Amino acid sequence: MTLIQKARLKSPWVLHCNCGSCNGCDIEIVAGLTPKFDLERLGIVNIGDPKQADVLLVTGPANHRNQRVLRNLYEQMPDPKLVVAIGTCACSGGVFYNCPNILGGVDKVVPVDVYVPGCAARPEQIIDGVILALNKLAKLQEGG
Amino acid sequence: MSIAILMALPFIGGILIGIDRKLTALMQSRIGPPITQPFSDVLKLWGKTTLIVNQFQPILAFGYLGFAFTAAGLLVFKQDLLMVMFVTALADLCLVVAALIVKSPYSNLGARRELLSMLSYEPVIFLVYVTICLVTGSFNVAAVLDYGTPLLKVLPAALVALEAVLIVEMKKSPFDVSGSGHAHQELVRGVFTELSGYTLALVELGHWIKIVSMLIVVSLFWATNPIVGITLALLLFLVALIIDNVYPRLTWQRMIKTTWFIGFTLLGANLIALSFRGVI
Repeated sequence: MTLIQKARLKSPWVLHCNCGSCNGCDIEIVAGLTPKFDLERLGIVNIGDPKQADVLLVTGPANHRNQRVLRNLYEQMPDPKLVVAIGTCACSGGVFYNCPNILGGVDKVVPVDVYVPGCAARPEQIIDGVILALNKLAKLQEGG
Repeated sequence: MSIAILMALPFIGGILIGIDRKLTALMQSRIGPPITQPFSDVLKLWGKTTLIVNQFQPILAFGYLGFAFTAAGLLVFKQDLLMVMFVTALADLCLVVAALIVKSPYSNLGARRELLSMLSYEPVIFLVYVTICLVTGSFNVAAVLDYGTPLLKVLPAALVALEAVLIVEMKKSPFDVSGSGHAHQELVRGVFTELSGYTLALVELGHWIKIVSMLIVVSLFWATNPIVGITLALLLFLVALIIDNVYPRLTWQRMIKTTWFIGFTLLGANLIALSFRGVI
């Protein structure tokens, strides 16, 4: 593994996108930044700028109104990038499954690497999800 | 020796930023990232795909790093302090133009605020250099080193003024109006918004070098003993971190008022006192 590939695993900057979630998962993401969980010890920074982000955290189900925004954010992120769907809504649509205004999980709009289920997903699970995504990146890097 | 110091500057800067992040985390009762985290960040950014919004942007990013490095070089090779100031201003202008040539409103807002931060610290730092010149008789760093007594004993007010300048230059609260590492939503990333991949890595490196040059200027205030000088610089760095953690962001009007008030009144009073004592 080259130095840059190692650095990638140590410094994932995250971008948080809320696709109409109830804010339950969003609060849990923000809880990850608090002293109790301290995401920064893993090098994770909530950057808020798609052009500098490595991991896209999506909460809430994809619908007809927000799919354009979500796709836009995803396309603005430079490669290599990872997507983590957080919460049951983002994974499958959750309680909104089969509603006429809902497309379903966010994987209907952007390719998802890791699904973190839960309503709301707990901060430990969210951190674990980001680490799983990084493990996937590490495997991809080793494979070529 | 000087070349070795110059080559070590980016590493010193990176470690300082690492210490900054670790100490900030400890002050917020977090564990914080490892001290080598800034190097991981820059290496990662270097390896990422770069989205170039304007063809001129990479040149300006290289310009920022180049001018910041040149300014540090002028300091390390004991050249003219005024030249250091002008070359640092050129580096800043590169960053401002890089943020202004794209259409992003956040980037443009950050650029305008970066110009305002320059407006707030450039006159103060100019006055600091002028007072140094009045005391030592020359703008040369070599003259400061040959002065004999530590400058701090003659110009204590200049150090307070430099603290304000340091906070603005480090983009720390309360003067982080043009952009900061934290997620301040109204700005996104301010002046850095449209930079990505290696252009951001270059700007980040340039920023480290600028902070270290500023700390070298601080250490000149106890040039008779380099160890005391370096301790003094680190002390000012620590005070900047504490102020960053204590204060929220202020508006740009308050920034200009504060830096100008501290700089001009204290340095003016210092000069008057010196003229009464017959030093100048």
